[in-house]
Amino acid sequence: MTTISDPESVAALAAEAVDNRVNLDFETEGMTLNMGPQHPATHGTLRIIARLDGEQVISAEPMCGYMHRGYEKLTEVRTYPQINALINRIDWLGSFANEVPFILAAEKLMGVEAPPRAQWIRTILFEMSRIANISLFLGDFGLQLGGMTAGFYAFRDREWVLNQIESATGGRFHPNFDRIGGLKDDLPKGWIEQSHTAMDKLLAFCDEMEDLLVGNEIFQARTRGIGVIPADIALSYGLSGANLRASGFDWGLRRDNCPPGLVYDKAEWKVWTHPDGDCFARTWVRLQETREAAKIVKQLLDTIPSGPVMAKVPRIIKVPEGEAYVATENPLGEMGYYVVSKGDLVPFRVKIRSASFNNISVVPWVARGAYVPDLISILGSLYFILGDIDR
Amino acid sequence: MSQLSSADTETTEPAEDIAVAVDETREAVLAEFTERLGTGVVGSHIRVGDDLWIRVERAQWVAAAESAKAMGFVFFDFLSAIDWLPSPFGRDMDAQEDRIVAGTPAKDPEPMVQGYAGGDTRFQLLARVYSISAGLGINLKCDLPDDDLTAATWYTIYAGANWHEREAREMFGITFDGHPNMINLYLPADFVGHPLRKDFPLLARRVRPWPGIVDVEPMPGVEDEEGEGE
Repeated sequence: MTTISDPESVAALAAEAVDNRVNLDFETEGMTLNMGPQHPATHGTLRIIARLDGEQVISAEPMCGYMHRGYEKLTEVRTYPQINALINRIDWLGSFANEVPFILAAEKLMGVEAPPRAQWIRTILFEMSRIANISLFLGDFGLQLGGMTAGFYAFRDREWVLNQIESATGGRFHPNFDRIGGLKDDLPKGWIEQSHTAMDKLLAFCDEMEDLLVGNEIFQARTRGIGVIPADIALSYGLSGANLRASGFDWGLRRDNCPPGLVYDKAEWKVWTHPDGDCFARTWVRLQETREAAKIVKQLLDTIPSGPVMAKVPRIIKVPEGEAYVATENPLGEMGYYVVSKGDLVPFRVKIRSASFNNISVVPWVARGAYVPDLISILGSLYFILGDIDR
Repeated sequence: MSQLSSADTETTEPAEDIAVAVDETREAVLAEFTERLGTGVVGSHIRVGDDLWIRVERAQWVAAAESAKAMGFVFFDFLSAIDWLPSPFGRDMDAQEDRIVAGTPAKDPEPMVQGYAGGDTRFQLLARVYSISAGLGINLKCDLPDDDLTAATWYTIYAGANWHEREAREMFGITFDGHPNMINLYLPADFVGHPLRKDFPLLARRVRPWPGIVDVEPMPGVEDEEGEGE
């Protein structure tokens, strides 16, 4: 019980010592380093106040809220279809994935199930937004560590996925395509073949990244053994997704607790883990995940059943009274919606459990004792989207 | 609904047999939880094959977390609160403009009804922990009396509760005893009010009509009646 709080209070004392210029090992002078709110390494408006002793971080405290949009309050005054448009903006790189757990929660309360074709297309688009999200991470993380090339390749090849998402949904970043009971539309003509081509490009991109970024000696030197998070710490902070699997914990919501309405069991794929728990492990797991996602998409494209894409639901949606929590494995980790309905047009309360919020709350723990350049590696490899922290 | 193998056996009350489906795993979790906490468990609800809700006494809030962690619920999902007060601004969120311009009569406020696992107070804590080995989660609830919105911190048991409790404090005004850093997470330090309380007005909604209420019109080619029936 005290294993976690003790080092933190030690860190607080050390920070106090720094402020009082009572030096620790060396005769170094303490200072406070303010990163952000506008800083390239925070891709958004996260501000980190780090107290340093020389080059070493004594304590780092993230300051959130520069982008807080109050979604939990706004959901209380919007109808379910309107909320769908709103929550696209939580994790803007994998927007479609945000819609799915909310729609599934509403479907659970209503007792509606989407037709098989809609479930297939949902899963395909879900995985496509994962690819769009994580491929940018791979490029962006390279950029943060000084490898410019990876960034250009990532932006180049992400277009393949975004084009597919756009041609199916009409929106590159905010599809707003999922509906209670199915999908807005069926797929356009020729989409399946194009998607196969796009996935082949993405698989080649993953191989390229494996050589260019993950295999790079400088990259490894900057990430190996940096920011190690043990599995028990990861669990008690609620880290999920690749951050948890990189700590050697074999758990994926897609495989182990897939909510009804997604068809991951219809494809052959693998959940990757890495035992190290450092920045390198997190990047490596994400790279493998991109590859698996492309494989899932390719398999599901071949097996899409025919039929309607929309179940019969009333045009004006009133969700029956009840409470439901549905979580899915989003690109950033576990994303869930706890929906409380009172039988109205609007939900009574929606608690949004976003992955980055928990993922980034471990920063004070993991950054302690790190060096300033490593702070960039740690922040980058934990991988957060600001909208997903601040909501 | 898996016990349908003995279809031929004679049952005196077949209707009840079908209606009462039992979720054995969640019943077992609830039984063990009750054994650990004793009278601390004041309410529970099981949705068969789906989820489990347990309401505990406020004095047992930390003990509940300890028991859950000891029972293998090591993954911390979230911690938040629910304000069960029906919105004083109308249940369908009538804007003031709707009332004044369109003459919509104000609706009677609904009675306060708590959700699953019951409750007696306006504010309830809501937390969810998950057992990865068992593959199921518990939603824990806890009543907080209006005149004393405090609870003990979970921070020492689930470190991730740190930020969630800070968020619950600024959004609902619930303080957590023993929390090391009870400052605002999102809101500016000088912000007045607790935005997620139901009686905190959303000003944009007060001055603008409810969007979406007016533009509900049939899709092209769809009969007006269709979809309304079900």
